[in-house]
Amino acid sequence: MPDTQSVWVFIEQNEGKIADVSLELLGKARELADALHHELTGVLCGHRVKELAQTVIAHGADRVLLADHPELELYRTLPFARVILHLARSRKPEIFLIGATSNGRDLAPRIASALRCGLTADCTDLQIGEYTDKRENKTYPGLLYQIRPAFGGNLIATIVNPRTRPQMATVREGVMHKPAADPKRKGVIEEIKPDLEKGDLALTILSRSVKPSTVHLKDSPVIVAGGGGADEAADFQMLRDLANLLGGEVGASRAAVDAGLISSEHQIGQTGVTVRPRLYVAAGISGAIQHRAGMDQSSKIIAINTDPDAPIFQVAHYKIVGDMAEVLPLIIQSLREKAK
Amino acid sequence: MTSESYRSVVLVKQVPDTHNVTGDVMTKDGTMNRSALPAIFNPEDRNALEMALQVRDKHGGTVTVITMGPPKAADVLRDCLYRGADRVILLTDRAFAAADTLATSYALKCAVEKSGAFDLVFCGRQAIDGDTAQVGPQVAEKLGIPQITYAESILELKGREITVQRTLDLGTEIVRCTLPCLITVVASANTPRPPSARKRIEYKLAATPLELAALLAKWPEFKTEAGLQKHLSERNQLIPIWAAADIGAEPEKIGLAGSPTQVHKINFVVLESAASKDIAPTREGIAAMIEELVKEYIVG
Repeated sequence: MPDTQSVWVFIEQNEGKIADVSLELLGKARELADALHHELTGVLCGHRVKELAQTVIAHGADRVLLADHPELELYRTLPFARVILHLARSRKPEIFLIGATSNGRDLAPRIASALRCGLTADCTDLQIGEYTDKRENKTYPGLLYQIRPAFGGNLIATIVNPRTRPQMATVREGVMHKPAADPKRKGVIEEIKPDLEKGDLALTILSRSVKPSTVHLKDSPVIVAGGGGADEAADFQMLRDLANLLGGEVGASRAAVDAGLISSEHQIGQTGVTVRPRLYVAAGISGAIQHRAGMDQSSKIIAINTDPDAPIFQVAHYKIVGDMAEVLPLIIQSLREKAK
Repeated sequence: MTSESYRSVVLVKQVPDTHNVTGDVMTKDGTMNRSALPAIFNPEDRNALEMALQVRDKHGGTVTVITMGPPKAADVLRDCLYRGADRVILLTDRAFAAADTLATSYALKCAVEKSGAFDLVFCGRQAIDGDTAQVGPQVAEKLGIPQITYAESILELKGREITVQRTLDLGTEIVRCTLPCLITVVASANTPRPPSARKRIEYKLAATPLELAALLAKWPEFKTEAGLQKHLSERNQLIPIWAAADIGAEPEKIGLAGSPTQVHKINFVVLESAASKDIAPTREGIAAMIEELVKEYIVG
């Protein structure tokens, strides 16, 4: 067992490609590890994925724990949990971060339950700080602050796990910045022999169909998003027209998705996608934290709302008090005139 | 029951309706008036109940529903009875309060085990008050059974094997798993059947022992709570309450004591004011804004 304390990141890979969120987490985890003088370890499971280990190191890891086995080719809860639990129990990481993908949100609670440690889902920020437990009258230095919107996004909570290890958190894709790769970076690649049991294979994947996503919110330079204030399909058609005109994508708040106006692939916010476009147009979006957490880093924000006190205006650069059904056509018209 | 019938347990939660936070909920000083939020049946838990009911309709067997919450969570259990559940159980005890997902899943695991032998455990993918999606997998781990998360439909259930279609961020997956297992259900799985009028009449009196005093006020003819309890019990209308001791839960693993996560602080949202410009919703106002955005190379 290494004497050094460590920060771990689960490296999710699909068909030989590392998920963006895992690389993004390596960037944040590097900061945390540096602040704590810990080692940064990437945990990579799969089959024939050895060549990915160097990519993990290039993005900031000091060490890669590599479990390569035919039964690990596609993600399944029990075999992955077996391997990771075995490693975590013997090496005792201080912090363990997992991307909040479908697989990550399946795996993380299984691990946390088995290790009987705390887990915070969908963090929007992670920091190191101290915490005083008033009941025990004891101060814990160097804890992981797990920061997330709570209660439907109306509050921001900072969660800590003072007594249990590892301190676990999941983070959505796009929340952290992906670090630049340094191909010359050196690290240790440690190959692990998985010790699977028969019960771990209770579930078989019969088939898998990967649908190519047609929505590319994350990389779009412009996003035109609608919310609960868009109560008709016609409003969303206008948003689409504007998005097309600006070469962008259509986004939505949770209210619009819940109302069935648009599919959840378009959802921006804590439980959707986090975006940082050059221009964000928020039309009929009130701006609950849950939504703002996913868009407030946009370079320029235009907000359109009938309610002058809507919270979205407080992050907006351009504040337009009015009905989107009237304002959007004016914007479209103005852009068309400009293009002439 | 045939040899092909299945015993299902459904875990449900009563949640504050956080999707409908209105002006009444946020007070002027920025704090929240939680009581202003209506308590509802967590949406995806309704889909979980429906999936379990469909298994029973097709194969026979039983559907038991368990919820953990305050005494008023009995409302969602009555709703489950109206929708067709065979048996409902309320897990309530002050000792369960302030539980995080780990302590919650431990209490639920104890209750599932106490409820008897089971083949399938269903729960909603996540609850709208926390959106963590952690309790399902954590209960599965504590029960020591496999989990199938994000289930959209059961394609086949035969003998001791179930085939399920899952919906993932990358696409869909069809998996086969041995029983018993735990399944978390997504909203797109089905349309939950509404409460039935006939069942509403059948379970008109359904109440927990904690609600007897209030019922007695309505039906003074029973004279004592004990008399009323006997009446309800004989008619399968008594919703049992299980406390921590009833399910054999270890005190240090439930409630606040059993919760490794602690809230360091809560910030009411203080918005950073961006340097913002008011734009008039007029042709001229908008044109000036576009002009500025073009100059700054934001558009165009």
